[in-house]
Amino acid sequence: MPKETPALKIKNANLPLFVLHAMTPDMDQFKQQLEAHLAKMPDFFASAPVALGLAAIADVDATPDFADLAAFMRQRGMAIAGIIGGSEQQRRAAQDCGLGLFPEARAARKVVEAEPEIVPEVAPEAEPEVVTEVLTEVAIEEAAETPPTRRPTLVIDKPVRTGQRIHAEGGDLVVLAIVNAGAELIADGDIHVYAPLRGRALAGARGDTAARIYAQCMEAELVSIAGYFQVFEDGIPAAQRSKPVQVFLDGESIKLAALGAVR
Amino acid sequence: MATVIVVTSGKGGVGKTTTSASFSSGLALRGNKTVVIDFDVGLRNLDLIMGCERRVVFDIINVINGDANLNRALIKDKHCDNLFVLPASQTRDKDALSLEGVERIINELKETFDYIVCDSPAGIEHGAFSAMYFADEALVVTNPEVSSVRDSDRILGILAAKSKRAVDKLDPVKEHLLVTRYNPGRVAAGEMLSVDDIQEILRIPLLGVIPESESVLQASNSGTPAIHLEKSDVADAYKDVVARFMGEDIPMRFVTAEKVGLLKRLFGGR
Repeated sequence: MPKETPALKIKNANLPLFVLHAMTPDMDQFKQQLEAHLAKMPDFFASAPVALGLAAIADVDATPDFADLAAFMRQRGMAIAGIIGGSEQQRRAAQDCGLGLFPEARAARKVVEAEPEIVPEVAPEAEPEVVTEVLTEVAIEEAAETPPTRRPTLVIDKPVRTGQRIHAEGGDLVVLAIVNAGAELIADGDIHVYAPLRGRALAGARGDTAARIYAQCMEAELVSIAGYFQVFEDGIPAAQRSKPVQVFLDGESIKLAALGAVR
Repeated sequence: MATVIVVTSGKGGVGKTTTSASFSSGLALRGNKTVVIDFDVGLRNLDLIMGCERRVVFDIINVINGDANLNRALIKDKHCDNLFVLPASQTRDKDALSLEGVERIINELKETFDYIVCDSPAGIEHGAFSAMYFADEALVVTNPEVSSVRDSDRILGILAAKSKRAVDKLDPVKEHLLVTRYNPGRVAAGEMLSVDDIQEILRIPLLGVIPESESVLQASNSGTPAIHLEKSDVADAYKDVVARFMGEDIPMRFVTAEKVGLLKRLFGGR
């Protein structure tokens, strides 16, 4: 007797997810500011699922109207996948509205950590700490015990020319050939260019503030990390121009630093 | 086995048609059976530069639409026995160039010709796309200025991603850089990009450098491809280009400025 073909498969996946942290129980204010954010970058979320982080308002004795909030966000192209953190009461209310509940522990820690300086300019012993944070920031694991699966890196070995756009979804992008002015590199993770980078490079395109750009010969028109961007109207600063450079986010500002420099 | 070569640039006015005329003539002068197709439907120029505009009866659109067969539309060049011209239509627009129609024509031409040179219109629209789609090799014509180089870069990207060879995952289209309207004196003065500057950006092999010259204008006005001019550096440069294309190892010329002698400098003599 022939075997029945399987109609479903269960797999564990680490998917990138934005976390939208509610910093106030005042949902009117929350919606108003979200609206303003979306107006600035309308396609930023583009139907990507987001988790609502409630850790900051877990101690407040107020429960947001989740149904109203979910409808509000859906209208604006955002889909709430579920909530992270929050008080017992808040979590129950969210569940009643059909929202998923993400494990709390990781997320709670994250808010505390994500607040002050995100990008380490600093001591090596801080580094393992940073790595765990990157993981929690980008991927909410379904089961904490399973190790995170590695996302494939997209490797490009031909010139990226004017008008071409390369998007490494969910992972890193490595380019081994020239990236010319008018070309655009986008990666949800890091971007490496081992040739002159003259076009645009946008790392952490889904909001990973720890993403970085590494270029062997820095001549970019624009760099962006997690939506923060920097243009170089007067060219790259002389100290970094045409040199090996890394680009990272320091708080809300883009920083360029020489690669291989001793600090 | 016939080879399809597109002469392309992205930007207009850089010398695509001049190059198509001289390059195809040069191939024919070396005994290759060659046809040059004008893809600039609506703005046909190639027939003017080849001096056969008064002999155009049928054009590429007529052939695509089945109004005329290919042999009736081909015009024999007046300078070379081995060269034929397939003119563009003046009255139709580029949308009439269907990819299926172009493919049928190119396949038919492949049976009798060694080289099929496609003179692309400017831009990256349908006309330019249909000219490059079936190419095996590409002559990318670039002027020593930033906007022209940028447009050539765009075209190279399209060739690498959207040509038939790319779509069918065959070997990529072989790319050749041809720098035209080059004036070494102005390069030295910093007014023009140098060949090295251009290659640093485009990073494809250099096939040749055509010097800036007034004789090109005279040649095109008189309906004679520049390669036929007597004692002209442009003609020599195009002959070099064809020789290199055919695999001969010829050193680059016209890249550096001529030293102006003291007497010449004193008495003008330009």
